[in-house]
Amino acid sequence: MTRATLQALLSHWWRNPLQLFTLLAGLALATALWSGVQAVNAEARASYDAAAATLGEGQYDRLVRQDGQPMAQDTYITLRRAGWLVSPVVQGRLEGVRLVGVEPLTAPGGIGPVMPTEGGDIATFLLGEGQLFANAETAVELPDLNVVITPEAAPGTAVTDIGVAQRLLEKTGQIDSLIVLPNQPIGRAELRVIAPDLTLQPAQGGSDIGRLTDSFHLNLTAFGLLSFAVGIFIVNGAIGLAFEQRRPVVRTLRALGLPLRQVIILMGAELMIFALIAGVIGVALGYVIAALLLPDVAATLRGLYGADVSGTLQLRPAWWLSGLAIALGGTAIAASGALYQISQMPLLAAAQPRALAMAAGRRAAIHGVFATILLGIAAVMMFTANGLIGGFILLASLLIGAALALPLFLDRLLAGASVIAKSVTAQWFWADTRQQLPGLSLALMALLLAMSANVGVSTMVSSFRLTFTDFLDQRLASELYVRTENETQSAALVAFAAPRTDAILPIQSADTQVAGQPTEVYGTRDHGTYRDNWVFLQQADNAWDTTFGGQTVLINEQLSRRAGLNVGDEISLQGTPFAIAGVYGDYGNPIGQAVIGEGIFATLHPAITPQNFGLRMDPDSVPDFLAELEAATGIPPSQSVNQASIKAISLSIFERTFTVTTALNVLTLAVAGFAILMSLLTLASMRIPQLAPAWAVGMTRSQIGKLELLRAVLLALLTAVVALPLGLALSWVLLAVVNVAAFGWQLPMYLFPMDYVRLGLFALLAAALAALWPARRLARTPPADLLKVFSNER
Amino acid sequence: MNVKAILLTLFLPITAFAQGFAGLGTDADGFSVPQPDPQFAFPADHGAHPDYRIEWWYLTANLTAADGTPYGLQWTLFRSALAPETGEGWTAPQLWMGHAAVTTPENHYVGERLARGGIGQADVVDDPFQAWIDDWVLEGDWETLRMTASAPDFAYDMALTAQGPLIFHGDAGYSVKSAAGQASYYYSQPFFAIEGTLQLPDGDIAVTGNAWLDREWSSQPLAENQTGWDWFSLSFDDGNKMMGFRLQQTDGNNFTSATWITPDGQTTPYTDGALVATPLAVNDDDVPVGWRVELPEKGVDVTVAAINENAWMTTSVPYWEGPVTVTGSHTGVGYLEMTGYE
Repeated sequence: MTRATLQALLSHWWRNPLQLFTLLAGLALATALWSGVQAVNAEARASYDAAAATLGEGQYDRLVRQDGQPMAQDTYITLRRAGWLVSPVVQGRLEGVRLVGVEPLTAPGGIGPVMPTEGGDIATFLLGEGQLFANAETAVELPDLNVVITPEAAPGTAVTDIGVAQRLLEKTGQIDSLIVLPNQPIGRAELRVIAPDLTLQPAQGGSDIGRLTDSFHLNLTAFGLLSFAVGIFIVNGAIGLAFEQRRPVVRTLRALGLPLRQVIILMGAELMIFALIAGVIGVALGYVIAALLLPDVAATLRGLYGADVSGTLQLRPAWWLSGLAIALGGTAIAASGALYQISQMPLLAAAQPRALAMAAGRRAAIHGVFATILLGIAAVMMFTANGLIGGFILLASLLIGAALALPLFLDRLLAGASVIAKSVTAQWFWADTRQQLPGLSLALMALLLAMSANVGVSTMVSSFRLTFTDFLDQRLASELYVRTENETQSAALVAFAAPRTDAILPIQSADTQVAGQPTEVYGTRDHGTYRDNWVFLQQADNAWDTTFGGQTVLINEQLSRRAGLNVGDEISLQGTPFAIAGVYGDYGNPIGQAVIGEGIFATLHPAITPQNFGLRMDPDSVPDFLAELEAATGIPPSQSVNQASIKAISLSIFERTFTVTTALNVLTLAVAGFAILMSLLTLASMRIPQLAPAWAVGMTRSQIGKLELLRAVLLALLTAVVALPLGLALSWVLLAVVNVAAFGWQLPMYLFPMDYVRLGLFALLAAALAALWPARRLARTPPADLLKVFSNER
Repeated sequence: MNVKAILLTLFLPITAFAQGFAGLGTDADGFSVPQPDPQFAFPADHGAHPDYRIEWWYLTANLTAADGTPYGLQWTLFRSALAPETGEGWTAPQLWMGHAAVTTPENHYVGERLARGGIGQADVVDDPFQAWIDDWVLEGDWETLRMTASAPDFAYDMALTAQGPLIFHGDAGYSVKSAAGQASYYYSQPFFAIEGTLQLPDGDIAVTGNAWLDREWSSQPLAENQTGWDWFSLSFDDGNKMMGFRLQQTDGNNFTSATWITPDGQTTPYTDGALVATPLAVNDDDVPVGWRVELPEKGVDVTVAAINENAWMTTSVPYWEGPVTVTGSHTGVGYLEMTGYE
């Protein structure tokens, strides 16, 4: 019995392979985008976790010197002998690889995920040439060293014994920081007595990198969710239609005595099997998407936040399981309504010819209520939302509310148009379009979401780029930047450059804490380069004069927002109070920054001498200058960076970001286009009874086909009109709420009308392409089929 | 993977006692090997012997508070050499491990420290004598010593005064550990009077008692078939003392050794078989915390029972170490160490 029933139910799909394809493809695409994005996120997070584990970042308090310089190794011994359980860390760059030296005997358990267990020889690790642990990619960069390859190593990082690291980094006798173990013995001496120049940095809840990059991942996740929502619209449509068409079958089966329960169970099981098949295909596709995106994402994260992410993808059970789960869950959501309807259907109810449209009409009212509620929430949250979660809720209410309101809005618009229409054909066109709206509304919602997401994310990313390039022009004003190795080189550079350049601007900084926030303090020379170029968000009168005079400080927006500091407030640097004279925009920098005058900086940090210099000169003379500099002082060009090349590097990072965004934009639009195509195809066969009278009163089939195409483009156009303001609202949320929560700065929003026009054209093109085939099919419907409409009394 | 996992390989020579690691007795790998008829020189031999693979300064004490409550105390510094050399800096191949414990009838508090040699974090110098790892110190002229240790839940500061001579075990300090001839240099100062303050979670407690300091070094202390040991240091109420150990072998037999110490420091060494130690009761972890100990030649037939059965050292190399009471033919107190029961 079960077998026969299943055969009867499945026969529907044999007769309607296109519907089956729609169902499977929609679900697979949705799952693919979702799991692809999740895979990229999971890979990136795994990389951060490995990096955090290397240094115990975030888990442990640390001791560092207040002036940010390395401490003497003797300080470590002094602390240990005073009862402090601390473990030394030294780190630096070697051949572009981050080299971390740890002390395995005193480090807390779990630090340095790459300790030798099997086959590892502790004597080899501690003594002689030593051993480095790194992943295969990193090992390639260090061909001359004894590197043990371990996949668990953080990307771009090599871990070794502290003694080996000190030797390789030429930091003998120096320690960068001390990890403070969680359980300290009783009766140890106070820090200020035994090591007054050290300061305790409290552990932070999550790794810094993790928090910084949350916004980026949030954007990706939002994209993934939107794509999934679009896919679920398709699936919902396909399932609704299929169930509607199968009502007669269900009625017959039940009339034959099959219990309702069994029908529901079998139909549910059938869908779950489809969902599993589509889920597997989707996860496989997702893997491909992730593998293609990951190198760009990795490059973006590295460039923007200095977060090293492995460029290769590993199969992680978490994301392919989540991909399958979401395929099943999505199908369950999409099918629950249809199954409920079947369960409520009276045994002998006739299959309603316009059931789909009528049901949609009832749904529209419910959608209207939901849309009103969601848009209401969004309106309130526009003014109150802060934090990443709030931003995300705001995004979701805004998008879903708008999507639900779309059919109502279009319906009203079309009703208005049909009132204005004069000719009979026009009146029929508008009325017929309205009639078709319920069947197309899911696809149009999908298009709306895809378009507004594209407008929103493109606006955000482009605003970011514009702001950042302007900012680069301001901040990288010097034509040449030179780094020196030591004080002797610094002196030689200054002596050489003084007569050949317009100005020498030393760049010196110290790491410190301001109001509990990690902050870099810069000592800056009084020069027009700063006065003319820097843009303040807030400033007091004569901000530059008082700062260069040593009385005030300028801070960046990140520090201002995180510590709640504004112009006029006072902060303390090395125990000296400074009033804040200005807050400047500092895009792309993860941590706080403060600027004080060169003179007062030297007083506060006597140990620091500048080893980086900005040189103002004629840009054309830079190459000659570099050649002469090496000849005269021995400072090689490799220690210099040309302003033009810094900008080129920074911009190339952004190009990568755009590659990711563009790829996702194209994918979501493609999914929306697919939704339109499938909706039109399924509607086409149902529409013959409605088109036959128009044909019978003299409209040619080709006219009908053209109107069909026009209708799709018109609906897409109307949707695009709604999508534009929605997308702009979305980008405002991303820039003013999400960005502030994740980064600590607000980006100015720029508009890019030409981009929107182009996007609109793309959407129209997608709709037209999607409508082309169904329209052609209609135009070529055999007259016999149209005639049959009149002979088959329904 | 974590650091603790490698510590076992780090302290392999010491682990040998606990883990029954086979293969150590086979080759000395360039390290010096104890020879019969040792000629000790003090204070030099109180200091470190980096050309030997392992060495320890091992102090245990039976203490009593004013209210009569018994306490046990341990202070141990282990040295383990990766190569028979010493030097300055991170590459010095000497590693150090400190263990400290306080045992009460209800609780057992444990602390552990690890350190590299060559950087000043831990070392032992002979004149003036000072042994230290981090803030843990044992220093003085061996007539008097000061001893401190600290951990998250306890600390102590003790003063020791010698009330008798050094004791040399085995053949004048050459202590044979197996039938195959594995041996160590082994001497003790079992006559310390000790007093000081224990800082415990419940408050400070003033204590007095007697302490036993063992010095031992070697490069190949165990035979291949030996899997662990049970070690007793007993102080009888009549003033006599006894050191005895039993090495467990894979063939089910044991290798025993003992030293009888009179109140004025006269010693009688006993070779394999003279001492008989029989487990009586086991605790929840199957560690024998009650023993019958017999040395018939001195009329000793006593029952040794743990004051706190749960004196398990939760260190990177785990073992049982705690104070005991002695009843039977003789009465008194002492310390029991058991390895190889993990």
